[in-house]
Amino acid sequence: MSMRLGPRVGEVIDRDEPLSFTWNGRTYPGYAGDTIASALAACGVRVFSRSFKYHRPRGLLTASHLDPGCMVQVDDEPNVRGAHRRVRPGMDVRSQDTWPTLSFDVKAANELARRMLPAGFYYKTFMSPGWLWPAYERVLERFAHGGVVGPGKVSALDGNERYDKRHAHPDVLVAGGGPAGMAAAVTAARSGCSVMLVEEELELGGHLRWGDDVDLTALSELRGRVAATPGIEVLTDAVVLGRYDGNEISVLQRGLPHVAERLVKARARTLVAAPGLIERPYVFAGNDVPGVMLSTAVRRLVNLHAVKPGDRAVVLTANADGDATALDLERAGVEVTRVDARRGGDVTRALGRGRVRAVELGDGRRVECDLLVTATGWTSAVSLLTMAGDQPRYDDTAARFRPDASRLPSDVMATGGVVGDGSCAQLVAHGEATGREAARRSAQSSVTASAAPPPLPVEPHPALFRGRTHGMVDFSEDVSSKDLFTAVEEGFRCPELAKRYTTATMGPAQGKLESVNVVAIIAEATGAAIAETGTTTWRPPYAPVSLGALAGRLREPTRLSPLASWHHSHGAAPLVAGAWIRPDHYGDPVAEAASVRDGVGIIDVTPIGKIDLRGPDVSRLLNLVYVNKWSKLEVGRVRYGVMCGEDGVVIDDGVTGRLAEDRYLMSTTSSGAVTVWEWLESWLQTERPQWRVHATPVTTSYASINVAGPRSRDLLARVVDDVDVAPEAFPYMHVRTGRLAGVPGCVVWRIGFTGELSFELHVPAGYGLHVWERLLEAGRDLGVRPFGVEAQRILRLEKGHLIVGQDTDATTKAYGAALDGLVKLDKDDFVGRPELSWGGQPGDGQRLVGLRMSPDSLVPAEGSQLLDHRGLICGRVTSSRLSPALGRAVCLAQVEAALAEPGRQVTVRLVDGGTARAAVTEQLAQVDPEGVRLRA
Amino acid sequence: MILLPCPWCGPRDADEFGYAGEIRPRPDPSTTTPAEWRGYLYLRRNTAGWTRERWFHRMGCRRYLVLERDTTNNDVRPSTDASSGSGS
Repeated sequence: MSMRLGPRVGEVIDRDEPLSFTWNGRTYPGYAGDTIASALAACGVRVFSRSFKYHRPRGLLTASHLDPGCMVQVDDEPNVRGAHRRVRPGMDVRSQDTWPTLSFDVKAANELARRMLPAGFYYKTFMSPGWLWPAYERVLERFAHGGVVGPGKVSALDGNERYDKRHAHPDVLVAGGGPAGMAAAVTAARSGCSVMLVEEELELGGHLRWGDDVDLTALSELRGRVAATPGIEVLTDAVVLGRYDGNEISVLQRGLPHVAERLVKARARTLVAAPGLIERPYVFAGNDVPGVMLSTAVRRLVNLHAVKPGDRAVVLTANADGDATALDLERAGVEVTRVDARRGGDVTRALGRGRVRAVELGDGRRVECDLLVTATGWTSAVSLLTMAGDQPRYDDTAARFRPDASRLPSDVMATGGVVGDGSCAQLVAHGEATGREAARRSAQSSVTASAAPPPLPVEPHPALFRGRTHGMVDFSEDVSSKDLFTAVEEGFRCPELAKRYTTATMGPAQGKLESVNVVAIIAEATGAAIAETGTTTWRPPYAPVSLGALAGRLREPTRLSPLASWHHSHGAAPLVAGAWIRPDHYGDPVAEAASVRDGVGIIDVTPIGKIDLRGPDVSRLLNLVYVNKWSKLEVGRVRYGVMCGEDGVVIDDGVTGRLAEDRYLMSTTSSGAVTVWEWLESWLQTERPQWRVHATPVTTSYASINVAGPRSRDLLARVVDDVDVAPEAFPYMHVRTGRLAGVPGCVVWRIGFTGELSFELHVPAGYGLHVWERLLEAGRDLGVRPFGVEAQRILRLEKGHLIVGQDTDATTKAYGAALDGLVKLDKDDFVGRPELSWGGQPGDGQRLVGLRMSPDSLVPAEGSQLLDHRGLICGRVTSSRLSPALGRAVCLAQVEAALAEPGRQVTVRLVDGGTARAAVTEQLAQVDPEGVRLRA
Repeated sequence: MILLPCPWCGPRDADEFGYAGEIRPRPDPSTTTPAEWRGYLYLRRNTAGWTRERWFHRMGCRRYLVLERDTTNNDVRPSTDASSGSGS
């Protein structure tokens, strides 16, 4: 049955562009410009969903984004607002959670069980016996609402799954594109401001769009002014989600061509809130029967989409909009019975189930009809203003909350219907005055004197609701007036409590539609005035926002060494290590480790943090930030150092070399590269600003290559140009600078994380690949091969070298990391000194030890717990590998200090649930504990 | 997100900064007691009102700043560079 009307003056549908889509599997026609709901309504569809708790049939109420009755599934996208989303050819639209069908819904039997689901049933029903909860849960989840998120499928219609973010800096942001908002935007832009005009609906215009000829003339004139004024960026189908400190305004843009949604973070000098009014539903028995609609919903359907919402209508009107609706309906050929609430008329009950059949009036009459329109009041959309500090006050005359402009910060203003009533011309004048003042406050205008906009008139309006009925108050959550009365009787007398007890205002509409009714009914139930009852709190976001929009695109950078392409083309298995991608191995980590033990290997260690330190006070800085002594480090030497925090906890380690009198190169762990530099700066800038030190992070300025193994000297000798690498000329823990493979400005230090003779080359990054390839070429006859992080970890573990952050944690002090020997308490001051001087007693935390497993080839997983003889947890395995050199497991572990003596036995709890024995070893190093190989 | 006044870069989004906490004097490490030192490490005044705190302009000039901020409403006063002497 077609309910489509002939052409309307202000219609937004394009009759030259018919289309078809499916609703629950059946094909329906529509026009471009239709919303899903209007196209279905034009085909006579009246029921769009089932209600949340009682599964009552629901039709259109507001016919806007807010409509609680028509959330639908569109392709793989759930919870689409069917009265907002434009229908597109081929769309697959389905009702949500109405098993088995929309028209025959067994869950409506819930209604018979209404007594089972009283106010606060969440807290009363299904509570005991507790052991039945799993059964309750299975039943209840079938009743839960919500659509189905697609299994990673890209919507066939949108073709985009990306989300986007944008930063904007408008002088003035106008939230709301009705007459006042448009006028404010135009005036502010003409005063020289950059303006962002944000409108939630698909077009500018607000209520003018569904108005009469006068409204439509004003609309086209205002739209023309917006279009003709430079400096206004118009965002339609975009909603302001919140206002934050510093006037940061978050705006969600929908309906974009290339991304699903975009979150705009706008830093506005001045925010002009022009959100207008939301029509207040009438609370009475049967107010959720399909066919009971608000006057604005009817005017949208008739005037924007040329849909006849019924054949016989009763219009309950208390204002001019209700009167205009009756006229619109009559013009559309609907038989109208007017009931004037201003003259005492009332509707007491709507009859019918799937649709309205008749209504009972206050005077006892019964009128047959299929449409009941209510125009019984307004709610100010104060949400955004309260986020800025406003506390709206209830205005008895207007029967709505209105903002208290005196509480707003100077960078937030309000205009339009949220402020007061008035003709279109008055609203435009107020918007213009507000726009002018907003421009002045944004300091972009030549007008200097502050000019508050003249107040808007406030028209009297009766407060209309029928409290002591089963009428719905929150349509999204199925909370009735009776439920609120029950909540008050049970002691939940303030709105904030009654809200949480009944869940009124906690559904998808989030109070925008229902909060005034909630407050009014609580006031009636408690016998208090509405003004003193107060409201619930408005918080961002104003409208639902998808997690995708909040997350946006992934913008975490990935760091790659200059050798990355070489690793990739030589079969390296990638390892994500913080921000870096590193080669884990090139196919066989054990063979790689063996080649370092027996011959020579090279590893890309570019991610190692490197900080260039220059100036006369560097040695003082080193003495402060390392626990060991640095004042006597000679030029040409490197030293290993450990850094602790002020609490004595180990934060980083590495070697630092003195390249020249006033020039040092510090290395840090890869993950500590940034934090250590910031930490050095904090000391240099705050506690020791008089020290003359330049600290420059140079991690990525160098490609770093470690050449390790007994043949490493032979290999290096073939590529150095001017560095003598002979043992006596370049001893262990020394540094040399010079030219390698023709590359000047290289730094070479002789250290040994792997436990083998090794040299670490720091090469200007652009020549990293050149030196790497030169090493491989020059060492071919030596059997040189690249090795990855895994081989390095095996080698360092055999040698017992700890990794800060793996073998230590956020409580490990220097003595807990077996670094006591390094701590020099006879230094005057160093970071962590007080704590380290007081600590270190037995019983004081855990210690780092080596473990020997029994059976000795068993490799416990890293993180395995250690148990003492009573079976209590006394530590954990921090590192474990099978040692190729020893043919048995090598482990480091943190264990309670009392058990940290060589030979002590502990039990290791294995991942499979079994246990194994382990003994604490003599030293951390299992291979070459004397360090002979390092010093070769 | 609040705007912080950087003396070198002007007003910038707080996202660009690292919060280094309330400014508190560091006790002399050679004479301090455990009670005093642990108060320095772990106790904060956590004032509701104006506080003096340190921020690090990580994504800007990389300077530590001394800033006064009202913790109840995030009002801020002009800041100074931490090394200018008012920082401790």
